[in-house]
This record gives sequence, C-alpha cells and structure tokens, in this order.
Amino acid sequence: MTLPTAPMVPAVELTGLRVAFGKTQVVDGVDLRLERGQALALIGESGSGKSVTLRAILRLFPAGRSRIEGHIQAAGRDVLALDKRALSEFRGGDVSMIFQEPLLAFDPVYTVGQQIIEAIRRHETISQADARARALALLERVRIPSPERRLDNYPHEMSGGMRQRAMIALALSCRPQVLLADEPTTALDATVQIQVLLLLRELQRDLGLSIVIVTHDLGAAVEVADRIAVMYAGKIVETGTAREIVRDPHHPYTIGLLRSRAEGALAKGSRLETIPGSPPDLANRPPGCPFAPRCFLAGDRCHREMPPVAEVSPGHKVACWHTEDAAAAYRAGPTPLAVEMA
Amino acid sequence: MSVIPSSPDPFAADRGGPAQPLLSVSGLVKHFPVRKGTGPKRVVRAVDGVDFDVLKGETLGIVGESGCGKSTTAKLLMGLIERDTGDMLYDGQAIGGRAMPWRSYRRQAQMVFQDSYASLNPRMTVEQSIAFGPKVNGVPGRQAVERARALLARVGLEPKRFAGRYPHEISGGQRQRVNIARALALEPRLVLLDEAVSALDKSVEAQVLNLLLDLKAEFGLTYIFISHDLNVVRFISDRVMVMYLGRVAEIGPSDSVLAAPGHPYTQALLASMPSLDPDNRTQKALLAGDPPNPIDPPGGCRFHPRCALAEGVCGQVEPPLDPVMTLHRVACLARQPGSGHSAAPAQVLAA
Repeated sequence: MTLPTAPMVPAVELTGLRVAFGKTQVVDGVDLRLERGQALALIGESGSGKSVTLRAILRLFPAGRSRIEGHIQAAGRDVLALDKRALSEFRGGDVSMIFQEPLLAFDPVYTVGQQIIEAIRRHETISQADARARALALLERVRIPSPERRLDNYPHEMSGGMRQRAMIALALSCRPQVLLADEPTTALDATVQIQVLLLLRELQRDLGLSIVIVTHDLGAAVEVADRIAVMYAGKIVETGTAREIVRDPHHPYTIGLLRSRAEGALAKGSRLETIPGSPPDLANRPPGCPFAPRCFLAGDRCHREMPPVAEVSPGHKVACWHTEDAAAAYRAGPTPLAVEMA
Repeated sequence: MSVIPSSPDPFAADRGGPAQPLLSVSGLVKHFPVRKGTGPKRVVRAVDGVDFDVLKGETLGIVGESGCGKSTTAKLLMGLIERDTGDMLYDGQAIGGRAMPWRSYRRQAQMVFQDSYASLNPRMTVEQSIAFGPKVNGVPGRQAVERARALLARVGLEPKRFAGRYPHEISGGQRQRVNIARALALEPRLVLLDEAVSALDKSVEAQVLNLLLDLKAEFGLTYIFISHDLNVVRFISDRVMVMYLGRVAEIGPSDSVLAAPGHPYTQALLASMPSLDPDNRTQKALLAGDPPNPIDPPGGCRFHPRCALAEGVCGQVEPPLDPVMTLHRVACLARQPGSGHSAAPAQVLAA
C-alpha cells in the first residue's frame, strides 16, 4: 500500500504551489510544510484560496479547467506525478478528506455502512464480513452511539454531528497517514463543534495522524492545531505555532483578524476594530502586497513590491515589509476608538 | 441626523411611554404536525410556551442550538407563520386586533435573514428592492427611490456605484448591508435580525455589527438579535434569552447571564466556545451528543437527560422561569428554593 518513507520526510510539503482557474490565479505561490503527527490549520476569509490549496493536495480539480504548478508532496508521494490508477489508490489510502457538509458528501441512496465497506473493499482485498466488522469498529472509534444500528442508517437518518462523525469514520477507513478537513465544524452547533474538534485532536494523538484543517474560525483553529498558517488572496502571509500567531502576530492582517473578534471588544457601546474594505478581486490582482489597500501600515513600497517571506523567529514566517512595526502595534494594545454613539 | 428628509420622530408613534415594553409575548406556542406512516399523530413542539418582553430601545439577544425554536419564534413574531396560541402585544396593542392590524404592525417591525442572497429578488436591482416596500405602502415612486439611495449611502454603499446592481453582482457583506437598508426603508421601530451576520467573514462581520450599532442609535431602533455565536451576542445585546427545546431556559441582562449563568445549559454553551488560548485549550466537552429532537421532548425539565445536576425531581417537575436576581430569571430547579432539588438555595429571594 504505502511505500516506506524516511522518518524525516514531512507528511505534506507544498513548494511554490500555484492554482489557476482560467485567468484567475486563486492560489499564488504557497509554500507549506506539515511534519508527521502534527496538526496544521489554514485560516483565511472566503476567497483566500485555503480550500483550493487543500483540494489541490488530492488533485480534486478537473485537469482541463485548472492549472496546477509547483510541487506537491504528500505521504511520501509526488502527487502531480501520479497516474490515474495510482491517484485513486492515493485518495483515501494515503490521504483522505472530510468535507464541510456531510449530507452532500455522502451518497443519499446507500447506507453509511455500505459506503464505508465499499471504500475498504475498493482499497484492500478483504471479505464483506471483515469489512463490516472494521466499519463497525470505526463507528465505535468516532463514538457514534449504538454503532450496530447506525451502520444500517441512511445519511438523512442521522443528525448533523453524527453525520460528521460518520464522515470521519469513512475518511479513516483505509488507514490514511494524512487527514484533510475542509471546514469540518462550520455547519455544526457550538456544542457539537467542540466535540468534533476534541475527537480530531484525540485521533491525531492516538493514531499519529497528520491533519490539515481549513477553517475561517480562529477559535476552532487554536483548539486543534499545533501550527497555523494565515492565508490572504492566495498567499500565505504568516505561519507559526498557534501560540505565536495568537500571542505575537507580526502581520497586519493577522492582527486585524484577532482585533475584529467580538470577544475582544472591551465595553458595551465600544465599537469593534475592523479591517476596512473587502478582499481583492483575484482576477485583477493589484501589484505589490495584496493586503496593502486595507492595511493600516501600508507605505509606497507595499503598493509596488510584494514583500519577501521573512523569518522573525525560527519557524515563524511573515510576508510583510513592516513586521516589526506591526508586532509593536499589537503589543501596544488596541488603539482606543472614538465612541461615536449619540 | 436622519437621511430620510421627512422622517418623523421614531417615538412620535409611541403610545405607552418608555416603560411599556415594545413587544410583549406570552404563552406563545407553535406545533408542527408530522405526517409519517399511520401511527399516532405526532407534532414537533418547535415553540412550546414562551414568554418574554422586548423593552423599548434595547437589544434582546436570543441564543440556543439548532432546533431550540429561536428562528420559529422570529417567524411567529413577524407573522410569517401563524401561531397556535399565545398573545403578542405591540406597544400595548394586540397584534392582529383592530388597533394594530397586521398590515400596520409589519410596517413597524422588519426582519433581516441569514441568507443575504436568498432574501433579495434576483431580478430587481438593489435600489428597486429597497424602494419596493415604501412604494407598496403608498410612497410616490420618485420619493421612494430617493429614499432608497439615501439609505444605501447610510449603510456604506455608494449609491452611484451600487444602486443599479443586481444581488449577484455584489459581495455577501454588501448584500447584507442592502438587506439592512431595505429593512429600514419603512422606518420600523423593531428590527429582527435572524443570524444576520452568521454567514459573513469575521472581518466583514465586525463592520456590519458596527453599522448595526450606529443605525440603532441614529434611528432609535429596538433589535431582536438571534445568533448562535455567544461572543457576538455578548457584544451587541443588552439582555439575553437562552432557549432550549422550545422553552426559555434563562433570560436576563447580558452581563449577568453570560458572566454568571444560572442555568446549567447556559454554562455548557459558554464552555463550548473555543478558548482562543493555545496554552489553555478546552479539555472536555460539557455536553455529549446532539441537541435532542423536539418531537418527543423529555418530561419534567427538558434539559435533564443532558444535565450534570439532574436529580429525580428534574424528570417529574417542569421548572418555572423564576427570578434568581433582579431581572434575571432561570428555569432550573437547582436554583429555586423549595423545589425539592438538593442543590436548591434555602432562602427565598424577593422577586
């Protein structure tokens, strides 16, 4: 199944990844590295290219309508070099994925059990009964109550949280090394979201899984991820450990994201600090730093030249001309905003 | 400064004075029949006896999991679905009665929905959508369009650029601003916001929340703000109502409810918010499983099967919504003296 790989090879490594649909450059030069057994969160707003980056790892885009450049290495395989047959072995076998809306990802006319058994038997030579026993064990593993009965349920007979657990069971059915999660908790209630996040953390620890989770919720990212990468307009603007990103951000966009959260507002009647404007149109990308038009520190140079990636401390990388000013502005605390209320 | 030139004072239409609740709801019930097979008739108890007041000029936040009845409550308040039983008074007048017919009430109360795209007519420009309500209500066409443009400018969309666009030509945050402008076009006093910022990106969400605060102050509005995000509710609300399976679990000033929650369910909701502290991650979920089905709610206290404080009495007695502090009411036997629960306080608080 999987080739033995040297221990130093990372679980996922993207080098200079560029993805374009027609003339729109959605992902524009992403370098990312995920060590084995680690969890990485990709965060950003809608349209930042975070989901496209994730899907590119499984090559989920039709070749005719997308153009992928760069290098993708995942679970020891060179993904862009795989032929059709190897690719279908790779998907699910080495790297698998869970989606935001499990009701859309499951086939509505087969039971959950049938779909898990199909996935197992597609990848391994194993009897129907053995595959069913393994599917049952998987449902138990993701803590679905009364798994024996649930195995014969259709997806619509389950609640949202249970469907997402079943989806995780399906993703784990062929013992992948890497789990990709695309907004796995966005459609769930807060009380269920925390349960699913804790389950992902437990699976990472117990099975030694490497996880990439895409989310727009910084809170969810901090709950599961060891490292966080912040994306903006198809580029990674800051990467670091969860602690570095939340406590010591060096990019103005990360700072804006942290500041605009409602729990940061001190008093009632105070206003939230916002990032002005809206994300750029990727079809007409301005020269220079894509965040410059919305940035509180932007100077002339920012509008002309894309900043290089600087390493502010080992492993903490930032793409900004003004990293020191930004970090200092964050440490100085929120600028008191005039209360413009009558 | 109002953008609507001939705008009357929002309080001019006021009848009961500032102390009278703008909206007063009691015993609100809505059951939906389930048609399935031949078995006994079953109903979804979406809203099952809800009482609350909305005070003039306040923001009442409503929180709860999916299926708790918060959106059904909003639709009942707007008359989008018909209530089974219950009384709704708007500024002291029974809604649907002679003094406050539905038509005039709907001019005073407007709603903004979660899905900004689905709630706009795709074949109307932004300006036409905003001007539609006033036109139907007898404002001359030219004047309605002028007002629509003024409102667009007020919600931060330059009329020259945006008035002629169709909903699919603008971003989600901009569409939600259009929906807010449309809700304000009839100069309402009450605006219901049903998950109005939930679908927006965080940075856009903050902009829209600020806009809502400004508009409230400028037009003297009262908000009912429904959300599942406790942080947003804490930020915007004066009072918070927590719903569970069609009933009110807790209601009170937001500082008091969210800082010192009385109901174990509110505590669990607060504990399930991500911590945003990498050194102090959540270790254990306080609630297991999914929100239960409102078709067959458990007897007694509806929360008792998932509650850490549950005792025998909780399965038998339905807890009333009683005050634990001034203005802060909780429906939990463990907080109510003489309820038979072992953790109940001894002394009786003056209500």
